[in-house]
Amino acid sequence: MAVIASTALLVTEHRNQQLDLLRTALSVVVDPLKYLVNAPTELVQHASESVSSYVALKKENERLREEQLIHQTQLLKFEALEKENIRLRALLENSFKLGEQVLIAELLSVNMAPYEHIVVVNKGTRFGVHPQQPVLDANGVVGQVFRALPFTSEIMLITDLNHAIPVQVNRNGLLTIAVGSGQLNRLNLPFLPSNADIRPGDLLITSGLGGTFPQGYPVATVDEFTSQPNKPFANITATPKAQLDRNRELMIVWSKSTPVPLITKPVPPVTEPVTTSTTPVPAEAEPVPAVKKPVPPVSKPVLPVKKIARPVAKPAVVPEADADE
Amino acid sequence: MNDNYYGFGRIIFTLLVAMCLRIAPWPADLATFNPDWVLLSLIYWSLAVPERVGIFHAWTFGLLTDVLTGRLFGQYALAYSLVIYICLKLHKRLRQFPVIQQGLFIFFCLLLSQLLLFLIKNIQNPAQLRATFWLPVFTGTFCWPLVYTVLRFVRLARRIK
Repeated sequence: MAVIASTALLVTEHRNQQLDLLRTALSVVVDPLKYLVNAPTELVQHASESVSSYVALKKENERLREEQLIHQTQLLKFEALEKENIRLRALLENSFKLGEQVLIAELLSVNMAPYEHIVVVNKGTRFGVHPQQPVLDANGVVGQVFRALPFTSEIMLITDLNHAIPVQVNRNGLLTIAVGSGQLNRLNLPFLPSNADIRPGDLLITSGLGGTFPQGYPVATVDEFTSQPNKPFANITATPKAQLDRNRELMIVWSKSTPVPLITKPVPPVTEPVTTSTTPVPAEAEPVPAVKKPVPPVSKPVLPVKKIARPVAKPAVVPEADADE
Repeated sequence: MNDNYYGFGRIIFTLLVAMCLRIAPWPADLATFNPDWVLLSLIYWSLAVPERVGIFHAWTFGLLTDVLTGRLFGQYALAYSLVIYICLKLHKRLRQFPVIQQGLFIFFCLLLSQLLLFLIKNIQNPAQLRATFWLPVFTGTFCWPLVYTVLRFVRLARRIK
């Protein structure tokens, strides 16, 4: 009986993912265990934080403040550059992509399976996480959401044996695929010929092909290039930029996969910063976002990155929407 | 009746502890040695109180372990229920054996379970596994006296019969 039942389950899930509901239900029973196992680690961390000295804290605070200032100034420039980029793209009659939203998730220190690089974080479908979302840290791409459960989600790292990520050499735009090696500090690039223009030290960024990862995030640096004379492909290895074994905080990203359609005006109101959107806007410019939210399930916990069209109720638009009904 | 209920609570509790141990954050080197605690405790309970812990429990906890470790649904359920079936068939004989001799039997049980997991993994996506994949079988065998002693203590403390 049990054998038949479990075989049936195995076959069903292997063929297609129809059992998500059952898994979700069971995960509600099991997920507290993950938090329980994580508790001692968190306790130790909390304790070490609360006994750290005043001087050390002050020093860290100073350092962070400086860092923040630098980043802020860089962002100022970034805003201007992005505007310019949008204008130029509009001149070229090209579409552009909206920014991304991120959600910060914390790693739970549990060990799922020794041979797979899958980690668990403390945010799940309750926060709107869904499978195949890209996950980043401060330095680069970490992986993608593999399975989202209500209270936790499982994230497959880019170094997992079953993971591959489309990348591009930043220097010359050479496209290839980086495959996980099963070791936390190594990626393989098995599909490049021996005469490919790639050198140790080259930065690999996401190419945006495949649609899972947004374009332009750093993935790894090439550290070894060995051409194998008797084989068609070279032996290239790279080191991931993200600190896969050290980070406790990860960022889950919502990227707008559909590009914003062609714009006719040089400065569209979509990209206006939130602070200026309270000024009266021409009513025909953006009637739609005021009525329905762009990303409804994630609106509460998500920290907006600079350029997101927030569902701000514009005084100039809402009455008009009522008048339509 | 009430006493029975409490005894069953104990059994569930030990199994939950075993599940916690299963996902405990061991250092990476030790993680490859981490034996299948859930199966070990299921084997103990099925040998000690076969009328209480049967294939149904093995199957249920197998499913929970599947969810816990993010496996394909049903593979632990399959492995556990097969092993527990064998244990139930042989429990009268096995109880007479000394712990060391039981260890040999446990070794084969763990090997069977790991073999099933290996087969399912291979069908799912053929990946090369290192020889260390089989290490939990050996460490599990060495941990059996420990599991036996601890769970026996729990059982006798509550007089679970």
